[in-house]
Amino acid sequence: MNEPLLSVRDLEVAFPTRRATLTAVDRVSFDIAAGEVLGVVGESGAGKSLTGAAIIGLLEPPGRIVGGEVRLKGRRIDNLAPEEMRKVRGKRIGMVFQDPLTSLNPLYRVGDQIVETIRTHLRVSEAEARERAISLLQEVGIQGARARIDSYPHAFSGGMRQRVVLALALCAEPDLLIADEPTTALDVSIQAQIIALLKRLCRERGTAVMLITHDMGVIAETADRVAVMYAGRIAEIGPVRDVVQKPRHPYTRGLMGAIPTLGAEATRLVQIPGSMPRLSAIPRGCAFNPRCDSAFDRCRIEPPEGMGAGSSKVACWLYAETAEAETAGAETAGARA
Amino acid sequence: MTVAALVEAKDLTRVFDVSKPWLNRVIEGERKAYLKAVTGVSFAIGRRETVALVGESGSGKSTVARMTVGLLSPTAGSVSIDGIDMWASARSAERQQLRRRLQMIFQDPYASLNPRWRVDRIIADPIKAFGLAKDAAEISHRVGELLRLVGLDPADGAKYPHEFSGGQRQRICIARALSSNPEFIVCDEPTSALDVSVQAQILNLMRDLQDRLGLSYLFISHNLAVVRHMATRIGVMYLGRIVELAPASELFAAPRHPYTRLLMDALPDLGMTGRARRPIEGEIPNPIAPPPGCTFHPRCPWAFEPCSADVPQLAGPNGRATACHAVAAGRI
Repeated sequence: MNEPLLSVRDLEVAFPTRRATLTAVDRVSFDIAAGEVLGVVGESGAGKSLTGAAIIGLLEPPGRIVGGEVRLKGRRIDNLAPEEMRKVRGKRIGMVFQDPLTSLNPLYRVGDQIVETIRTHLRVSEAEARERAISLLQEVGIQGARARIDSYPHAFSGGMRQRVVLALALCAEPDLLIADEPTTALDVSIQAQIIALLKRLCRERGTAVMLITHDMGVIAETADRVAVMYAGRIAEIGPVRDVVQKPRHPYTRGLMGAIPTLGAEATRLVQIPGSMPRLSAIPRGCAFNPRCDSAFDRCRIEPPEGMGAGSSKVACWLYAETAEAETAGAETAGARA
Repeated sequence: MTVAALVEAKDLTRVFDVSKPWLNRVIEGERKAYLKAVTGVSFAIGRRETVALVGESGSGKSTVARMTVGLLSPTAGSVSIDGIDMWASARSAERQQLRRRLQMIFQDPYASLNPRWRVDRIIADPIKAFGLAKDAAEISHRVGELLRLVGLDPADGAKYPHEFSGGQRQRICIARALSSNPEFIVCDEPTSALDVSVQAQILNLMRDLQDRLGLSYLFISHNLAVVRHMATRIGVMYLGRIVELAPASELFAAPRHPYTRLLMDALPDLGMTGRARRPIEGEIPNPIAPPPGCTFHPRCPWAFEPCSADVPQLAGPNGRATACHAVAAGRI
């Protein structure tokens, strides 16, 4: 089995406060293979953005990684010195944020921002970097790139700005792109353009993508695999088809039923009672148990681990027996990996 | 339609003056600039009916909502509730009576509640303003009733808005809107700021309340899937005009206008796993200088000669109207 491009093991992110330490990301583990698109989906407060920020080393203090490890091509990157991390960030891992206006400096021309990024990470001359920037802008679909390279960010529309940000994230040819809600601020018709562009660029370059979003529709059509997060933990992870069409975790099932779809005219949406717990009051055992209609005693005591063999894992005690039956096979597969 | 509609909007038009200040205009030699946010929008909403307006940002849907509820005066056209014209009616008492019968729910439940007021005072405000209760005891009884109606506890009235989550705040907004016993509620993106599981709770609540209280809704949203779930009829807006108006089931089964077709193709949906969608080319044009003729023609793959010359009118048989030359000519 090939080594994954990115391997996250038991990642824990905590925020120390005066009263207690809040665990915002709790023992999260997943892999991303080269060229793969992993969707990370969850509601606000589920810890999906923090997971992304922890991987790329952009956690806002006082938040910090308190456990686990992150490996990029086998090399640990979660304990690098800030200077070392700067070289990884941008060069090996690119990042796209939700709001394209805040990720571009309004006082610099977009061309200068791209040229600066290229020259930080690659040894090329000023003129060469500029040529590269122009061809990149053309590639992300900006018409008249040669003329527009000297414009300021405010002269671009929201969709065009997100294209520039995408060019900026990909200009040093990173192995992994972390896209945090890249289309949330955009209109649907523009959103479709950006998603199609993101997919094409990453396929052409073999760039792996970690796509963080709350929009299950975007995940369904973009991702190869999807991880569903709830209260800082991964509830379910697996191939996108399985998770969308045959969700196993009660939370995922509720979430899928809660989304109004174009296909069927449902009279009533599935309703999950209550809301996501606060970080200061995460219930004992499975974090979802107070809202779960199939919870039993074990759920209230012991937090479930990811269960199931192969590519699909679900953190739910309902599947404990099937998991134990499969354990023998999974163990040997795990040992080989 | 045989039964008289509860709400009727006729040829609503709103123009905003977006000119630079007078001195700048004189020095820079610029003319006055106008933005036509809404042009000739007409629709009717029957009792217990939900009409939805859907469109991208800048399509004018919120402006229509504000004009319908009376927060913004139309430049031309009229809105009438139960046959009474909202803006022409001379007597202010009549207008105030009219206002009691319509209410609004806003997008952002964080911005639309006064953070310094307790919840019971927020909900009681319309009751006091319209003099719907005799004394304090009756008011507090009514507030408790309303809180229970939207799935909150009457004891929650003593709390401040910041103590509630986004979904609960939207419930408070709904309770406030219901406090004047309205017949018609304008909902401007009521669930856009909420998570999907909370959105499902609010949408279900709104449908239950409609059944129980016989409400009519004008539902504004950018999300076609939400609109499909809520509306009986849907108007698709593009750059200030309704380009297609149709019963929800028919619109989704067979969209006619090119923009509606492309919008549905572009929409990410759970059923679309692995399927590529077809993005609409280009962007919404600048509304200050919209393209001539049909405003959608620069992005439209079916555009032909008349599209860039004449503005297509909304027309079509029995409640299924489309504003498109190509559809009228039978080309698509």
